[in-house]
Amino acid sequence: MRLDPRVSQAVIISALWALTGFTLLILIVIIVNISVEGLPRVSWTFLTQPPHDMGRSGGIFSTVVATAYITFLAIVVATPLGVGTAIYLTEYTRESWLTRIIRFGAECLAGVPSIILGLFGFVLFVLKLGFGWSVLSGGLTLAIMVLPIIIRTSEEAIKAVPEEYRVVCYSLGLSQWQTIAKIVLPSALPGITTGVMLSVGRSLGETAVLLFTAGAALRTPVSLFDSGRTMAVHFYILAREGISLPNAYATAAVLMFSILGINLAAYGLMQRLMRRFS
Amino acid sequence: MRVFILCLSLLVVVAACGSRPEASGQAICVAGSTSVQPFAEKLAEVYMELHPEIRIDVQGGGSSAGIYAARQGAAHLGASSRELVPAEKELVEIPIAWDGIAVIVHRDNPLSGLSLTQIRELYQGRIRNWRELGWLDHAVHLITREEGSGTRNAFEELVMGKAEITPAALVQDSNGAVREIVASDRHALGYISVGLVDARVKALEVDGVLPTRENIRSQRYKLVRRFLLVSKLPPGGPCKEFVDFILSARGQSLLEAEGLVGYEE
Amino acid sequence: MTSKGIERLLLVLALSSVGSLALITFFIFWEGLPLILGTGPGDFLFSTHWAPTKGRFGIGAMIVSSVVVTLGALVLGVPLGLACAIVLAEFAPKRLKQVLKPTLELLAGIPSVVYGFLGVLWLVPLIREHLGGPGLSLLAAAVILGIMILPTIISISIDSLSAVPDLYRDGSLALGATRWQTVQRVVLPAARSGIITAIILGMGRAVGETMAVIMVAGNALKLPTSLLDPVRTLTSNIALELGYASGRHREALFATGVVLFVIIMILNLTAAAVTRRR
Repeated sequence: MRLDPRVSQAVIISALWALTGFTLLILIVIIVNISVEGLPRVSWTFLTQPPHDMGRSGGIFSTVVATAYITFLAIVVATPLGVGTAIYLTEYTRESWLTRIIRFGAECLAGVPSIILGLFGFVLFVLKLGFGWSVLSGGLTLAIMVLPIIIRTSEEAIKAVPEEYRVVCYSLGLSQWQTIAKIVLPSALPGITTGVMLSVGRSLGETAVLLFTAGAALRTPVSLFDSGRTMAVHFYILAREGISLPNAYATAAVLMFSILGINLAAYGLMQRLMRRFS
Repeated sequence: MRVFILCLSLLVVVAACGSRPEASGQAICVAGSTSVQPFAEKLAEVYMELHPEIRIDVQGGGSSAGIYAARQGAAHLGASSRELVPAEKELVEIPIAWDGIAVIVHRDNPLSGLSLTQIRELYQGRIRNWRELGWLDHAVHLITREEGSGTRNAFEELVMGKAEITPAALVQDSNGAVREIVASDRHALGYISVGLVDARVKALEVDGVLPTRENIRSQRYKLVRRFLLVSKLPPGGPCKEFVDFILSARGQSLLEAEGLVGYEE
Repeated sequence: MTSKGIERLLLVLALSSVGSLALITFFIFWEGLPLILGTGPGDFLFSTHWAPTKGRFGIGAMIVSSVVVTLGALVLGVPLGLACAIVLAEFAPKRLKQVLKPTLELLAGIPSVVYGFLGVLWLVPLIREHLGGPGLSLLAAAVILGIMILPTIISISIDSLSAVPDLYRDGSLALGATRWQTVQRVVLPAARSGIITAIILGMGRAVGETMAVIMVAGNALKLPTSLLDPVRTLTSNIALELGYASGRHREALFATGVVLFVIIMILNLTAAAVTRRR
């Protein structure tokens, strides 16, 4: 017996909607659970008090500092590299074997799992270069991790700058570099910022890389060579070793809402940019 | 090769310790066993509150790396959860605490004790069902630590002898993680540092002896190891003061509060 | 600076990603390959006896576990992800799509440790009580990974579905096909290579994920014989033991990394090849 196509269409489309609804439900359940269990404990004191007793009591101040420190370092290193790559790819070359290799390298780098990056950072920065488990080792390894994100978004942002902008600059006698520095980059800035924000989001949530490069010392890191425990690593340790479920939830809430907030803002920024140029 | 790796670990420790702003000249570096680390951190936390001019850095790296670092003078104190081998005996060893390894089960488990042989047979995979131990008919969910862990190492030496732990056992990478699973799974069996046993799990008698403080100190309880600090020369200056603090009634009671058994009576 | 100088500088920056990739490859192989050759590649890859402190280095069981867990993740992730992508690209009203797409992308922002944590809290007891076994299992890992690869599958699939020209749809509808028939017979085949890329990259994500797997998979060394058996994947093997490993044991973990790296690179290359064919 053959079903009427209209009937089977109705069945299948409802099924698809149901599956989509189910996926949304997973997301909602996760966010609601973390909020309900975690947010009530989050307060200004929780954020600004150092952890006591291995995190059983006290706040998460030192992990906030470590997270900010490591993420900042990663961004400072990765942004010039990534934006430079994007400028080179879009403004200075035609498609050639070289650009293909560069793009392919960035793509592959994006696919390298974080545990491999962790192993690499551990052997190169921690051991060979003697930086130890430190903010420096962690930041540099994370920089490699977010590099592809910055390259991709910057490239898109620079490509989105209309060709007429450049033509006008050249006709006014500006050099290629002046055109890029004065016109193209400023116009692409929101897009580049999006990339940076996405990278921050990615860094905040990372655990495997940092466990093996930045260590897990609970003290507030001061020097670049101090070991530091980021919020994600702290959450992992609290939850896994059953040190304190309430504090684990509260840390997760801070972590998750920071990341979601940053990602949403990045998305909004990108949409605005796209609308402006199209 | 081993030496090479030790050198690398040492490098880590040196980098970590050497980077301190030495202006105050009052930094103490403790490196080594990850089993000792949480306790050393706790001691350091309290000590630094009492003596704000002193900075104490506690680093992991493992017992061997810690001993090596102390020997090379890279760390003031090495922390070890194993005994020194003859080649290391020229170091000054300062026992700071006893640690028992407790064999734990879920609160609802009616079993009160196991013999050493039974524990070995369980971990060899020869006993697989709780029925064989006089409880209900259900598979035992064995939990062990990962290869390389000091606790596993001690457990293998004290319990397993030459026998290998069955590959069917679940593996977790910290005492806390083992405890969390045993606390939530009625049919689980694991082993952790006595210091981390809490009300949600039950420590079993081993050969009829419970891992109480007295039994651990007297070593009537079989699964016992020492936590050591080692140094190249007898500690002096701020380092000695820190060691004295650890061995003082205050320091020892801090360790006891964390569940270890103090070395000094 | 001369414009030639700027171009050179940018080229150097642009080589950073390729350079990083080369460095990563070099160090992982440098540290891991000697052990593979020393043990014998056959023994290393196919033996299931892993007792690194006793000189036995066989990762056969872990390779099998990684593959099975990944396939399990695809069984859950591909239908769910494709359903979401089809609904969003083909059936959802524009306004709704503008809300749903960024919302679903939030799934990617939830850190993997949070997935692992909730897996232990909800999924593991569920499996233990209703299906048996210790709960920490192949099944738990597959389900968690299935959810974690959704963002990858959804976003790439949506892009490739949206890239199918509307002419195709109009043509099919004009011939009297229903909307579902159009999607099924025209749009999906046209977007096939993009969807395959999405699945392959999702696989890469699943194979490479570490923290969540360590938390829910149980990490036993045995070759799994049932979905409820605890398993250890390649990634969790590295992360579990790296903390204390020294000497040959550490080399063996890098060797595990070599195998993982090769698998990931094969997946990346396949994805790139599929994309290029399009």
